[in-house]
Amino acid sequence: MTFEELLPILGQATLETGQMVFWSTLLTAVLGLPIGVLLVTTDRGGLTPMPAVKAVLGAVVNVGRSLPFIVLMVAILPFTRLITGTTIGTVAAIVPLTLGAVPFYARLVETALRGVGREVVEAAQAMGSRRVTVVTKVLLPETLPELVAGLTVTVVALISYSAMAGAIGGGGLGDLAIRYGYQRFDTGVMVVTVVLLIVLVQLIQILGDAVARRLSHR
Amino acid sequence: MIHVSDLRKVYGTGVVALDGVDLDVREGEIFGVLGQSGAGKSTLLRCVNLLERPTGGTVTVDGQDLTVLGDAELREARQRIGMIHQHFALLSSRTVAANVAFPLEVAKVPRAERRTRVAELLDLVGLSDKAGAYPAQLSGGQKQRVGIARALAGRPKVLLSDEATSALDPGTTQSILALLRRLNTELGLTILLITHEMQVIKSVCDSAATMRDGKVLESGLVHDLIARPGSLLTREIFPLPEPAPPGSVTLTFAAGQAGEPVLSSLVRKFDVDVNILGGSLEELRGVSVGRLRVGLDGRETAAALDHLRGRGVLVEGP
Repeated sequence: MTFEELLPILGQATLETGQMVFWSTLLTAVLGLPIGVLLVTTDRGGLTPMPAVKAVLGAVVNVGRSLPFIVLMVAILPFTRLITGTTIGTVAAIVPLTLGAVPFYARLVETALRGVGREVVEAAQAMGSRRVTVVTKVLLPETLPELVAGLTVTVVALISYSAMAGAIGGGGLGDLAIRYGYQRFDTGVMVVTVVLLIVLVQLIQILGDAVARRLSHR
Repeated sequence: MIHVSDLRKVYGTGVVALDGVDLDVREGEIFGVLGQSGAGKSTLLRCVNLLERPTGGTVTVDGQDLTVLGDAELREARQRIGMIHQHFALLSSRTVAANVAFPLEVAKVPRAERRTRVAELLDLVGLSDKAGAYPAQLSGGQKQRVGIARALAGRPKVLLSDEATSALDPGTTQSILALLRRLNTELGLTILLITHEMQVIKSVCDSAATMRDGKVLESGLVHDLIARPGSLLTREIFPLPEPAPPGSVTLTFAAGQAGEPVLSSLVRKFDVDVNILGGSLEELRGVSVGRLRVGLDGRETAAALDHLRGRGVLVEGP
């Protein structure tokens, strides 16, 4: 394949990867953050101890974490159809990508929040803070650098997962590498996509690190 | 100002942290609770603003029984009780000024008013030039000053101090204690502090209590405690080898006699020999207090001891 032929395909694939990763990252942040917060606050000795909720939530998160992504993707096909009306394509791929990344990010959020000292939380309570204030004004702002770093790791994982979404017609760079690079023995396409993925991941990591550093005052 | 009555705290594990504690902190005084770690003093302090809910007993602060309050009322009551912490408990993501503003935000004080109050508070603790700095850029002593400014934001009548100087070096400890003493005098602030450092009790406390195994063993004005026979506080402040050698007498000069030639006049007046076995002298809130262990020998030993008692010296011994 000549470069002129490859360019539009490459552009399309990059766009698809971008779409899948962007939307699933957004949804992961929106869903993973509250779950991570709940994992911490419902703990014994937490702000709102609810051992039963904690146990159930923890178990669900662990199930999500223990499934290989490709298995998860296929296993939840009916659920994907329920949400998006289809099981094929970029939009359909966003559902398993999000479900795969939410438990991952929730655990990262949990770990970050646990790093806030008990004394700091108690100090806020001793000043008469509501529990919700402790979350919004203490736990989250104090861990913002870690939350950003965690999201960066999640985005990189999502780029990797999104390569598998080709298996359900999700498209993207991974799909391109498999179909052209591997199945058609087109080494040129393989090299170009691999280089593109490496550059993409590097850029995201550098950006994420820079933002996290800017936010940290420790 | 703070009245704790028959306070009990039993943890789920069956550990009894507080075993019927009574405490009375009067308005305008600095009250120190002394004890080893595990004695229950930290639990006691955290029960005073109900960070820890007691299993039994009552906590009354400024006439209000906190143990019967609902969530919202308790939060409001807490806004009127300041607290400072061993490791300062500042928010690393906020500047010094924003840390001090935190309790004002919680209390929904309008922004403009917040700004002037924060400036006042930073001026009070001598950190006006650090308003824009982050806690990581401050020394331990400066961090604790921020902690104190923050604790005073809501104009509390009561300040709780949880080992506030334990993480500081001796010089910084003294400057923080001096600040607490100044706030106590200038603002009429009542301070309840817990510590394992004798130095803190010696240098700032009007009253003290000694805790062990969840119980208060003795409590009262420091000078009264010193003058009391068998006082644990006295033993802590003036450590002498225990047990006392047979026949020896321990003399406590609690009422300023430490500045007088008591022993030499004793020897001149009575037919006794005095052998000094050990002792020390401390300045307690401006009054010299001494404790001496001596061996007395001679015909008039009994009369000599009576003479000492007559001069207000606490005599413990044979």
